[in-house]
Amino acid sequence: MTLWVRHQVLEKNSILLIFGILIVIAIGGIVEIAPLFYLKSTIEVVEGVRPYTPLELAGRNIYVREGCYNCHSQMIRPLRDEVERYGHYSLAAESMYDRPFQWGSKRTGPDLARVGGKYSDDWHRDHLINPRSVVPNSIMPGYPWLAGTALDGRFVDQDLKIQAALGVPYTKEMIDNARADLRAQASPDSPDADAFVKRYPKAVARDFDGNPNRISEADALIAYLQMLGALVDFKLYDNKANLR
Amino acid sequence: MAAAVQAQKRMTMGEFGLLIASSVLAFSSLIIAAMAWTPEYAFHAYLFSAASVATVFAIGNRYMDRPADPAPQTINGKPNYNFGPVKFATVAAMFWGIAGFTIGLTIALQLAFPVFNFDLPWISFGRLRPLHTSAVIFAFGGNVLLASSFYVVQRTSRARLAGDLAPWFVVLGYNFFIVIAGTGYLLGITQSKEYAEPEWYADLFLTVIWVTYFLVYLATILKREEPHIYVANWFFLAFIVTIAVLHLGNNAALPVSVFSSKSYIVWSGVQDAMVQWWYGHNAVGFFLTAGFLAIMYYFVPKRADRPVYSYRLSIIHFWALIFLYIWAGPHHLHYTALPDWAQTLGMTFSIMLWMPSWGGMINGLMTLSGAWDKLRTDPVLRMMVVAVAFYGMSTFEGPVMSIKAVNSLSHYTDWTIGHVHSGALGWVAYISFGAIYCLVPWLWNRRDVYSLKLVNWHFWISTLGIVLYISAMWVSGILQGLMWRAYTSLGYLEYSFIETVDAMHPFYVIRALGGALFVIGALIMAWNLWMTVFQPEGAEQSELSPALVVTR
Repeated sequence: MTLWVRHQVLEKNSILLIFGILIVIAIGGIVEIAPLFYLKSTIEVVEGVRPYTPLELAGRNIYVREGCYNCHSQMIRPLRDEVERYGHYSLAAESMYDRPFQWGSKRTGPDLARVGGKYSDDWHRDHLINPRSVVPNSIMPGYPWLAGTALDGRFVDQDLKIQAALGVPYTKEMIDNARADLRAQASPDSPDADAFVKRYPKAVARDFDGNPNRISEADALIAYLQMLGALVDFKLYDNKANLR
Repeated sequence: MAAAVQAQKRMTMGEFGLLIASSVLAFSSLIIAAMAWTPEYAFHAYLFSAASVATVFAIGNRYMDRPADPAPQTINGKPNYNFGPVKFATVAAMFWGIAGFTIGLTIALQLAFPVFNFDLPWISFGRLRPLHTSAVIFAFGGNVLLASSFYVVQRTSRARLAGDLAPWFVVLGYNFFIVIAGTGYLLGITQSKEYAEPEWYADLFLTVIWVTYFLVYLATILKREEPHIYVANWFFLAFIVTIAVLHLGNNAALPVSVFSSKSYIVWSGVQDAMVQWWYGHNAVGFFLTAGFLAIMYYFVPKRADRPVYSYRLSIIHFWALIFLYIWAGPHHLHYTALPDWAQTLGMTFSIMLWMPSWGGMINGLMTLSGAWDKLRTDPVLRMMVVAVAFYGMSTFEGPVMSIKAVNSLSHYTDWTIGHVHSGALGWVAYISFGAIYCLVPWLWNRRDVYSLKLVNWHFWISTLGIVLYISAMWVSGILQGLMWRAYTSLGYLEYSFIETVDAMHPFYVIRALGGALFVIGALIMAWNLWMTVFQPEGAEQSELSPALVVTR
């Protein structure tokens, strides 16, 4: 009985009511979010994971712009059928440089977490222009404008700079050479290509969209798709290293 | 005489402040437009500039026309309610509702027949889908919440809405935010966080609007004539406060430049995923649930002419709901790289959440005690009661789907889409339709809606639409989930991915049909409301059912 009477204090004082609401809603969020910045399994560092190259980052931003995440997840769950269909289950470390994350919530199309290297660049180019040219029953929209639009790489150094401010390990050298690296990765014969590969070991420089005359949005997007999930060598990965 | 009155007229602090702020925004937006990195961002800067100039003009115009004294708080001892912003938000809700449902139908057709993407960037599925979700949640639902909260807080406090320009600033500013967000998606401006896609400048602007909304709401409660704060206002307050917290947490980002629409989120990877679904699930919990429960707690008792069933149940319902909801986010991340303990917590709290949800449902339904006969004669009340029933159904389905074993099948499939729509169409839209059918006659001083027969048609057509929609999605979701994990006797995966996509086609067609029925229902509603406002009084008499005429 007394509790009901005491509750009337809150029913008559809007400021107390608001503080009550704030306290009650704060608890769950704090308990679930705060530890993720400290736990070993969520901040593990895994051999091979590196920040995106300028071209891959530009491609990732196109992936975001076109809303690919609405239909494609990038998170393989540790279930038998998923591991057999898509590859090794996704690690937290593999999205540590993802701002924002692209795990997705719906698979209208297949998961893309490990799509890198599964198909050729030509396949991707044709598929983006008209998905039904390579997958007859596909319901994916066509993206023919990507191959026809020159990539806007004028400010990619700013993207790296802001990411560095947020904690992504881009060096000053990487930021200063970002625009040159963006071009170099899509033009393997250019004189900058060697310097690019030195800055981003194991990154692949090639003409992704099949048109050497210009760097298109398709170049960037395919460069991004082709590295997805391909950074970690699971022959060397120790899945017990971060257990406690 | 007139000259003496004129001499006393002063600009209020609000008018002056908003005038200065708008002028500054108008100029700075022009500069940003001139130096913007992309034409899309320049377009938005021009929109901001134009809106600011329009604000300056509107304030000047209003100043010239208005009397010297502010609007009286009471007239003849009765509160002088401010219903202008409520009317605007009601009309906006109907407009955005039809727009949002139609875009939903469009993307449903795109999934059934990809040719409807037309190979055009602006209307491809990936850009239209966020437009659909934002249009129905934030444009339709948001305007319903603005209208109903500003109406309910005045009525239950017996006080005029606080502020002079502020309520208009909230309503008009919010709708401008909708325009910025929506055109942004079409132009490819998005930060890709589901239900929080608008970029940094739209988020900043919304923050200003939202804080003003909170202050108007709070100040109105503070000057109430009633000693008690009515239960609907608790829910509205929880909705406003929590959405503010979630919005700030989930949208913490650094813009690449003030001349760029692009920003990068402060969180990354697994932390970003957890923050996103802490936000995402509680956008459901506080925007689409707490806010609309407030509507239930005011409009159902009003329409049924019965008091709320249990006052104590409403107290338990309120605190349990807002405490438990916040924890449920991780059920969107089952079997991901999020730690197991967080997933288990999310699942456990999601199941517990079933109890306060059904407590609320019981409180809403039992309010009908002694008035159940009205379901037969009043289709508006029937719509709201069915909304509460759908609320009960989807808040049962939700906890079931949050169980990890169930989720391993349902996640990533259309089952989720079906679940969302049983809540969104059945609960949120129906309780909104009911509230709007009540509000429009009240606001425009009409006895009732133009035609209850048309309400009845709306009810049955859209109910059929919902049933087609959700049953199609149940079948396609479970079917696809089972096909993904099917093995042959030799131990190989039985189906390629594209075979599972192929199997979805008939259900996508049925779903589009259901969506079309829902759109038709909303169009009937719009026509009915139009006639309610513009048809001369008395003409609607013949449309009323005899039973209602008798009770009158």
